[in-house]
Amino acid sequence: MWFTKYAAPVIFYPIAGKFIPWLGGITLVLMLIGLYLGLFVAPTDYQQGESYRIIFVHVPSAWMSMFIYMVMAISGAIALAWKTKLSEILASACAPIGASFTLIALVSGSLWGKPMWGTYWAWDARLTSELILLFLYIGFMALEASIDDPRRASRAAAILALVGVINIPIIHFSVEWWNTLHQPASVSSISKVGKPSIHPSMLAPLFIMFIAAKFYFATAVLMRMRAIVLLRERHSHWVTGLEELKS
Amino acid sequence: MNWAEFFSMGGYGIYVWGSYGFTALVLVANIIAARHKKQKAVKILKQMMTLKQPK
Amino acid sequence: MPDMLSVIASLIKRDVTTALRRSSDILNPLVFFAIVVSLFPLGVGPEPNLLRTMAPGVLWVAALLATMLSLGRMFSSDYRNGSLEQMVIAPYPLTLLVIARVSAHWLMTGLPLVIMTPLLSIQLQLDAAATKTLLLSLLIGTPTLSFIGSVGAALTLGLRGGGVLVSLLVLPLYTPILIFGAGAVSATATGVSPDAHLSLLGALLALAITFTPMATATALRISLD
Repeated sequence: MWFTKYAAPVIFYPIAGKFIPWLGGITLVLMLIGLYLGLFVAPTDYQQGESYRIIFVHVPSAWMSMFIYMVMAISGAIALAWKTKLSEILASACAPIGASFTLIALVSGSLWGKPMWGTYWAWDARLTSELILLFLYIGFMALEASIDDPRRASRAAAILALVGVINIPIIHFSVEWWNTLHQPASVSSISKVGKPSIHPSMLAPLFIMFIAAKFYFATAVLMRMRAIVLLRERHSHWVTGLEELKS
Repeated sequence: MNWAEFFSMGGYGIYVWGSYGFTALVLVANIIAARHKKQKAVKILKQMMTLKQPK
Repeated sequence: MPDMLSVIASLIKRDVTTALRRSSDILNPLVFFAIVVSLFPLGVGPEPNLLRTMAPGVLWVAALLATMLSLGRMFSSDYRNGSLEQMVIAPYPLTLLVIARVSAHWLMTGLPLVIMTPLLSIQLQLDAAATKTLLLSLLIGTPTLSFIGSVGAALTLGLRGGGVLVSLLVLPLYTPILIFGAGAVSATATGVSPDAHLSLLGALLALAITFTPMATATALRISLD
């Protein structure tokens, strides 16, 4: 496989190091633009007033929480199939970042819920699915933490991630189902209230925040991966020869 | 630009700024944690190398 | 070479016979089940209508928890005495052996739970029709719990943190089964047909049987490395 050359930690480490500042810079710029457009330029929503602006952090975070889980699961699958070190490391690095986005989605969703529905928590389909997703992430991290050998830990967690990823659409579907069954018709309009009538000038900041979130993920995950690489490869020749270790 | 209006967000200030604030907190914390992890790794490696030196 | 089916059958028979010798392994989860169900009326009060509404969820959650408690012993004694390694290098596909082990586990855990349920549903004021649906939903659902649970059991072999860790891993994966299982009973209780719920439970079982043995086998190999 041609790409397994890049799967070598020794090649990855310096290349990632060069990319990180650029990715971080782009993230910052995009976030500032997105925030400006979302907080200053986008008009007030007819139904929800100013509180809808939470959408610009809530929706991208919810999306990232799912996206990162997919990356984690696919990376884990590659690690199990080809035993590539970097795939294992990528999967491990993803977990805390994905869990963070899930937490942001839950907290922002909860804070959005108070002005919208009058309550900090409602068992609506999206929040409930996000909560279960948080538990899946925590399970992944707990399993990794309880196995001493890092490679065995990564591979065990990869299996968990794969089982989880098959489960996620099932969980979503079942929670949607459960949600529509248990709500009296008047309250089911909750899920409709959650979607402000999208004005074009609201789409632009939303879109930009989506992209900014991706760049953020790239920055954070590469940073984390480099740290893990240093630890896992500490006995290898190229690590001991690194410039930054000569104090 | 009416700053008072901006910060109050039509009365929803605490929810909007709470969300944005929490988001900023978590995102920054993640970066700091990643940086810290690397610094710790470098420290361990340096210790390891000083132990190996007498050769 | 004896055919696959008879290999599975004899493995199940062996597992069941061994388990019957350690009867506390079978009885403890059942007693736990009964105690947990009794805790709820003590917690929320004896009002019959409230209990009847809560019954499907309570019974299902208690069944979930009881199953989870029993997951620890699915592979652990074989792991400790070395016979698990023999299983892994045996000339039979590990996935088949896993299916045999999980089936035996269900016979010793899930099935007794199902048998015990009518007694407990009386305690929670559930009527006959709803109880029938409950039994059906548990009959279809508990094997799925055993299959998904086997992945958690295999992943955590020999690890400290034991039972709690397995719960963290496995409970989120159990939520769809809980939703459809308890939902089926609620449907019957409100006069609606539970067929959709039960079919979905069946679909989940089919999925579990298809995919989890591979995951469990891989997890066992990783744990034994």
